[in-house]
Amino acid sequence: MFFAVVPAFNEERNIGRVVRDLFQHGCERVIVVDDGSTDQTAATAGDAGAVVLRHLINRGQGAALETGDRFALASGAEAVVHFDADGQFNPADIALARELMREKDLDVVLGSRFLDRRSQIPFLKRRLILPVGRLVNYFFTGLLLSDAHNGFRLLTKNALAKIKITQDGMAHNSEIVAQIKKYGLKYAECPVEVTYVEYGQGLTGGLKIIRDLFLAKFLK
Amino acid sequence: MLLIQIFLVALFVLAMVKAGLRWRAGDLSVQGLLYWIVFWLAAAVVVIKPDATFYFAHLLGIGRGADLVVYLALVLLFFLVFRLMTTVERQKKEITELTRTMALKDKHTGFDI
Repeated sequence: MFFAVVPAFNEERNIGRVVRDLFQHGCERVIVVDDGSTDQTAATAGDAGAVVLRHLINRGQGAALETGDRFALASGAEAVVHFDADGQFNPADIALARELMREKDLDVVLGSRFLDRRSQIPFLKRRLILPVGRLVNYFFTGLLLSDAHNGFRLLTKNALAKIKITQDGMAHNSEIVAQIKKYGLKYAECPVEVTYVEYGQGLTGGLKIIRDLFLAKFLK
Repeated sequence: MLLIQIFLVALFVLAMVKAGLRWRAGDLSVQGLLYWIVFWLAAAVVVIKPDATFYFAHLLGIGRGADLVVYLALVLLFFLVFRLMTTVERQKKEITELTRTMALKDKHTGFDI
């Protein structure tokens, strides 16, 4: 079975459409991890047909993804796609990513905004935040990718069983990439389209990620 | 004796009494109690006879006893902050794990919310 794992925090406006889109694009089960929302996110997702796991308190996107991954693995998922709840990804990209995964027999497919020109990335992000993020990622993970901190990724059962997200905040992305390298998982990047509804990680967000990654180096 | 010395020593005695009470209540081990008593006694000695630190400072090649006290205090503070940080990080992870376990136990499928 092919699962979608969608971490969501106060996304009642978008979550219904995202869940329906995912069902229409080949996801057999959609897991929405409601990360302590104070709005109707859980109910809206449930109405759209998703399995809803609720974090009673907000623990961050990384924590929500790990909860979804564990549930998917325990429920017999063959593969999952991580998908954002705010509707910034294009669900049509899932089919292409799955095709790539099958074709090359990959464990992981990572989305990239820089492999084609569909994404309209805000100037500061394109020119400063993402290039720096990419290098920070390389420094911490040892893999140089074309994009940094893109939440679109496909993982097989094999990858799910190995990768464990301990970074509760946004640093989980670098953590996942580091574990891909550590476990020698076969991966490739595929082009994805990102539509910027909200700005997402700004400069302060980026700095927080670096802080979390440094802390993890010292505290483990 | 200067007023500040009397005030500080009184404060240290109070701290020792407090440590003793915590030990009696079972919140502190004997080892912990001894550690605090030695710590506050040493602090009292330094306050009453500031020159006492001179000997140790000289031994370590530091000019003034007061400097030694500041250095030691800084090192101790750094250590305590680091320990506090590790504790907070560990507790954050534990809270996440607890939240996750509860979420997985109490899942909602489909339309039942």
